[in-house]
Amino acid sequence: MLPLEPEIPSYAAFAAALVDATRATPPIVTGPPGKGAVKRYNVYRNNVTVSLVNALAAVYPAVQRITGDEFFRAMARFHIRATPPSSRLLFEYGRDFPAFIETYEYARGLPWLADVARIERAWLDAYHAADAEPLSAASLAATPPERLADAVFTAHPATRIVRSRFSAVTIFAANRNEAPVGQIDAGTPEDGLITRPDAEVIVRHLPEGGAVFLESLISGQSLGEAAALALRCSPSFDLAAGIAGMIQAGAFTTLSLGAA
Amino acid sequence: MSAAVLSGLHATEAHRFPVFRVRDLAGSSFKHEHLPAILDDGRQRGFFEVHAENYMGAGGPPHRALEAVRRDHPISLHGVCMSIGGPEPLDRTHLARFRALVERYEPALVSEHLAWSTHQTTYFNDLLPLPYTDATLGRVCDHVNQVQDAIRRPLLLENPSTYLSFSESTMAETEFIRRIAEHTGCGLLLDINNVFVSATNHRFSALEYLSNFPLDRVGEIHLAGHAEQTDDEGDLLLIDSHDGPVADPVWKLYELIIARSGPIPTLIEWDSNIPGWPVLRAEAAAAQAILDRYKRDARDAAA
Amino acid sequence: MKTIVSSLILASAVTTALATVAAANPLTKAEADAAVAAHKEKCFGVALKGQNDCAAGPGTTCQGTSTVDFQGNAWKFVQGGTCTSIQLPNGKTGSLKPV
Repeated sequence: MLPLEPEIPSYAAFAAALVDATRATPPIVTGPPGKGAVKRYNVYRNNVTVSLVNALAAVYPAVQRITGDEFFRAMARFHIRATPPSSRLLFEYGRDFPAFIETYEYARGLPWLADVARIERAWLDAYHAADAEPLSAASLAATPPERLADAVFTAHPATRIVRSRFSAVTIFAANRNEAPVGQIDAGTPEDGLITRPDAEVIVRHLPEGGAVFLESLISGQSLGEAAALALRCSPSFDLAAGIAGMIQAGAFTTLSLGAA
Repeated sequence: MSAAVLSGLHATEAHRFPVFRVRDLAGSSFKHEHLPAILDDGRQRGFFEVHAENYMGAGGPPHRALEAVRRDHPISLHGVCMSIGGPEPLDRTHLARFRALVERYEPALVSEHLAWSTHQTTYFNDLLPLPYTDATLGRVCDHVNQVQDAIRRPLLLENPSTYLSFSESTMAETEFIRRIAEHTGCGLLLDINNVFVSATNHRFSALEYLSNFPLDRVGEIHLAGHAEQTDDEGDLLLIDSHDGPVADPVWKLYELIIARSGPIPTLIEWDSNIPGWPVLRAEAAAAQAILDRYKRDARDAAA
Repeated sequence: MKTIVSSLILASAVTTALATVAAANPLTKAEADAAVAAHKEKCFGVALKGQNDCAAGPGTTCQGTSTVDFQGNAWKFVQGGTCTSIQLPNGKTGSLKPV
């Protein structure tokens, strides 16, 4: 259609220096007659970086509280340089941030920080997930007892599980609000279940075997298979509590009986 | 385009929400932290504007909040990252999401920016400026047409605030915007704070800009606060920060425009350092008072 | 072979689970708080996280600082966070390394 060539270099030059502070001001831009464009162009550079740092701070408030603002903003800035957003939707940004934190050399003293970030990311995913009516206790009650082993569940769109070698759920919970943070032992492995049965996102601490049980159900395995797997992995797994918990949390939407 | 398309749309489709007129109304940005206070106030005269992208998630609280507001008020759907001014084709997925929101919420006003924000695979999250040439004009017109075809109604295109210009530009911003409107039939969103910010930054006259602006195409006005910095030479450089009250000279320009054109839906934007709801409501009420004064003046003149 | 959990055990677990759910349903506020180990944020009245905006606001926040944010690769080490109260099994508390 129209000749595309002439001005595409302008956009490319303008874009290239936005997240690369070592590049000079693109020569294609100008201030009014007699004026320079360095600080003028820097307004755009600053807007891009600061707005993205702010977006990460909004998605990861507990991480920011744990590290303090200055450390967080520096870490976020490195991440933005390495992985600028590809989605236009800012609530989708920062999906790679937990993995970045894991490898960020100055955060190695906080080996549990990436898992806290994973819970925060899951929180926001659950927040924006599609609305759906959670599975009722009545649906489960209506299932013939001899068919229970074959029951297959559909996960609620908001349901997420984050497993951690550390006390990530406790650390997350203590840092997602303003209250003072007491001493926390980071060394206890914790699994978190994130759901949004209605309007509120709820983060629960899963008991032993709970994560294996739910992950198995989420992947489409039957209740019988999931129970067997959870008991094999964690002999102390409380099946009744696991089933009660998944109903109370609203982790699933429907139940169906596969072929007998 | 599109009076016919529009009336067809309204005649044949069932509405999920009430139809409200916005012609004589002032409104404000809708911020979720204000929702309890807004609901406590009950139904008010005025409209709310939301950034489309924040409602492009599948479900959850954002949609519930917007539905709660839309039940009693007209809304304005304001896109911030269509990248209409960019060199690349519009993102079809994004366009489809935008269209779905227009269908779902039946906004009284739908707008986007004369700017770009995506280059290749990177989204920069800022409204970036573009050169004003025949080639960029052609591309922007194509993009505006694509958006209007998708949403089946005219789009209001917003004039940008800028801090620099491109050496290769061959026409003034007002001419560029006028030609887009002529070629595509789109309406315009006149951001008077943007005019004031750009006029200060580029050392041109805001009044002259406004006298060259196709005011008969304006379907919405934006007012917002700005911040002050300095350029390379230590002279004033204004930043379109949306973080405070509307500045006095911007109010003066606004009153001139309303006196000349009559009431136009007017929005107070406030996106950063967001105050309590009463402060934002009072700012919108100040715009409403000006709209009402000139509505009354027009009626008195007619009598 | 797949099912090592008998139908009887499953049925009994479901019965117990349903009794638990029924007993706890509806949860009172206190019960809900006690039942969940963590944290809630309410639907309404909470600012959106990760918002798209059309303001250039951030540009102003760096005024008065020696380094504007887009340039900074160096930053001052400040022990400002809560990480020092979080202990690892080896007795080490969390610490951030200065650059």
